[in-house]
Order: sequence, then C-alpha cells, then structure tokens
Amino acid sequence: MQRRVAIVGAALSDIGRVDDKTAFELVYQGTTRALADAGLPKADVGGFMSGGLGQLAPVEICEYLGIRPSWVEGSMVGGSVWQFMLQHATAAISAGFVDVVVLSYGSTTRSDLKRGLRTSDLVMSTSGPSQFDSPWGITLISRYAMAARRHMAQYGTTIEQLAEIAVSARYNAGLNPDAYYRDPITIDDVQSSRMIADPLTKLHCCIRSDGGGAVVLASEERARDCKSAPVWILGTGEAISHVNMSQWPDFTQTSCVQSGKQAFGRAGVKPSDIDLCCLYDSFTSTVLLTLEGLGFCKPGEGGAFVEDGKLRVGGALPTNPDGGGLSACHPGQRGMFLLVEATKQLRNECGPRQVPNAKLACVNGTGGHLSSTGTVILGKD
Amino acid sequence: MTTASPPPIKAPIIDASTQEFWDAARRGVLRIKRCADCGAYHYYPRPFCPVCWSTNVAWVDAAGTGTLYTYSIIYANDLPAFRDRVPYVVAIVELDEGPRMETNVVGCPLDEVRVGMRLVVTFEDEGEIVLPRFRPA
Repeated sequence: MQRRVAIVGAALSDIGRVDDKTAFELVYQGTTRALADAGLPKADVGGFMSGGLGQLAPVEICEYLGIRPSWVEGSMVGGSVWQFMLQHATAAISAGFVDVVVLSYGSTTRSDLKRGLRTSDLVMSTSGPSQFDSPWGITLISRYAMAARRHMAQYGTTIEQLAEIAVSARYNAGLNPDAYYRDPITIDDVQSSRMIADPLTKLHCCIRSDGGGAVVLASEERARDCKSAPVWILGTGEAISHVNMSQWPDFTQTSCVQSGKQAFGRAGVKPSDIDLCCLYDSFTSTVLLTLEGLGFCKPGEGGAFVEDGKLRVGGALPTNPDGGGLSACHPGQRGMFLLVEATKQLRNECGPRQVPNAKLACVNGTGGHLSSTGTVILGKD
Repeated sequence: MTTASPPPIKAPIIDASTQEFWDAARRGVLRIKRCADCGAYHYYPRPFCPVCWSTNVAWVDAAGTGTLYTYSIIYANDLPAFRDRVPYVVAIVELDEGPRMETNVVGCPLDEVRVGMRLVVTFEDEGEIVLPRFRPA
C-alpha cells in the first residue's frame, strides 16, 4: 500500500420500519450523517460508491444527491459488495486517485414487500446460465439450507448448534436499542418456528427490515484532520465462487477461505488476535461456514465452536454485537452494517453492547447465495 | 370440475448453445458436454470447455445416474409456479461422470431423502419444457 487509508466516518440512516422514505432518501441520510461524523463537507466527496441502487449505479444516485465525483464504483456482487468496494476504494485512495470516498447504501425491502412492490421469492433470470437454475424452483433460502445440510451430513453438525447462532444474535440484539427484534429466544424457539427450507426454520433466517448507512474513507493525511478517530483499514481481500449452485466446489467452504487469507495476510494478523467479528449472518449456516473459512476454528468444528455462546457480547469471540441480520437489521446488503458496527465498536461508542477493549475487528461480507466474499481487517491506533 | 394444476413453470430462454440439452430431455436423454482436448465433462453446457477453454467440446449422453450431494425440502415459495407444489425437494446431484446438477428429487418420501443416496434421472413433462429430475435408484 502506498498511502494508509482509514474509515473516518460511519453512520446509519433511519432503520427498521421506514414507511415514509425511499431508498434514495436513506442514502442521503446515511451519507450526510457519515460525513458529519467525519467532520467533512459535501465538497470534499471525491469518490462515491453505491451498491446497485438506481439507474447506471451510481450515476443516478449521485445526480439525486447533487454531486459529480470524478471517481465512482458500482460493483454488484450481492450484500458483500461493501467489502469489495471498500477494497477498491482503499486501493484508489492508496494510489492517490482520490482522497475521500463515500460508500452509501439504502433499501426499503420491508416496506416494498409490505406494499406488494416485490415478492419474497424472485426469479432473477431465465436466460443464459440461469436456464439451468430457475426451472427447478430452488429458492434463495434453500441454497443456504443445502449448505447447512451438507455440513450436517459431512461433519455431524446439529441443527441445534446452528440454532445457537440465532440465539446468540438475539442475545446481542437485546443490548442494542435500535435492533428490530430484542426479546430473548431459545434454541427451542428457533426450532419450533415455521419451516421455510428444511433444515432452516424462520428463525435461522435473517429478518427483513428497511435501512441504510454509509462509511467515509480517507487517506491518512485527510484522516488526521477528521473529527472522529480513524479506524485503519489494515487488510482486505475479495473472492468469488459461483452463481449456479452446481458450480460451487465444496458446500462447506465459502470463498472466504481465499478472501480471509488475503486480508489476514495483508494485515499481518491472525484470527486469534481478533477482538470482535462482524460476519454477514444472512442465515445461521452463513456464520458457521465463515467462522471455519476464516480460520477461527477448523473445518467441521464450527458447531462445537459456537454452541457455548462464544458469539455473544461477553463471550470469547463477540460476533455481530448489534444483533446482526438475524435480529437487528437486514434490508438486503448487510455488508454496510458490518462496517458501521465494526467502526463504532473500535471507537468505543456502543454502550451496553460495547466489546471491552476492542482494538482489532474482522469483517466478512457474504453475498448472493454464498457466492462472493469480502474480508476486511480493521484496527485503531 | 378438475383440480386446478399449478401454473406452468416459466420456460427458460433457450439459445443455440443449449437447444440440444432441452431437445434431448424431451427424448428422455440427459446430455452433458465433454472436452476432446482435456477430457473434462462439464455441466451446465457451454460451447467451450470451462476448464481449458478449448472449443473442441461435444455432447455426450450421461449415464443418468448419480449421488445426492445435498438437498433441501422447500416449504415456502411465493412464486406462482411453485406456491402449490410445496413441500418439494431441491437437490444437488453429483453425476457419475463428475459434474453436479441443480435438480429435484422426486418419487421418494420426504423423510427418506438422504445425502449420499443413489439416484437415477427421470424426465417430467412441464408443458413447454421437459425437466430432468432424479428418483431413488
């Protein structure tokens, strides 16, 4: 890296139930709040990234915001896109193409479903490679369920061990006043909730909420002048595996095996150094595979690793202290919320859910249907 | 009055490079591709080998037998074509030639579906298309 890069601003837009705003308004909210957090004016936004919202992303959203940045990005690899973009922005800032970049997200998934603007299940495409997918009725959730099933068959992992991941997430959500669901749940509650795609019941699945957020990245020189303490980007990695499930070589390993190796290697740290994790928890199975793939435990040992409550705030590896997508907030591209939470944790701003003495955080986004992963290691001075 | 059948599964947009797969399915044959240069079989079919990028690939008849790699039983799908078919089994089948397929397991009680079970292809007419699915061997 030529120049060091930091997250200098992070903020959520309104989240949860947002019936009176569009996704575009949420992007405005998140962007302005994150810039205020950094103490930077609109005029300093040199680069802008959005995750597929609007036409010619991010051109239309920039037009809406009234900015014309000379450096933009609009990758679309699913909900992990914010980790991918963070790597791309870090490279660009590091190389001197731009000094300040805003990554901003907004979505009204919950409100759109409620108003009948979209269905829960979607056919993404029926042409090209997708003609070998859509006719068999494979839902999104069943793709994650097939990964859970394979892990259970191959390693003897139990569905109750997976359920503990949801129970831990809810425990953490109980400490977060902004979480969507906060009442404690038990493994029995998870297992007795409605079966969606066997073996995953409803409470193994992320919630559907509205929400958005933004982070501001800056070069070291600019970071020193910002209002908030810099959270340094120490290492990043990105990797992809498949869209059609038949092309995924091993259903017990996501591409985080590769992206994690890159990120940890570039940061020069190892999993045992990490104080807290923010891992995309689209489903309980996503977290299990991610913990193993990043090396927090060995392949096949994820079930035993999580079952004693390690992932709870106060546990050995606090993970998703805000309650995660399973309980707190999931409008569709949770990768953004992972970055905001990790930043605020490292700045010691999280109140009851604060992980004590958090200095090093591991963030891993998983997008599509276990299709793409981006890993980010963050640290503070 | 007869019982309403579910709305038809939306036919995929078939192109020149995939026409033979769907035509063969209508004839009751599962066809995959094999590379004459590196020897690799592949599915889904491309007009080139995804392993070595040779265009020296040809259709071959698959044996139609394989092993269940993993599966899920779907209880909720709000797409019209599938809404009334639940519960049904979606599956990844590893063909004996090597490649895997997204498909369904049919003709098997739901509580008897097992990872590792042996399966054989069966062809089911869905109107505009015939779909290869798998049943216990």
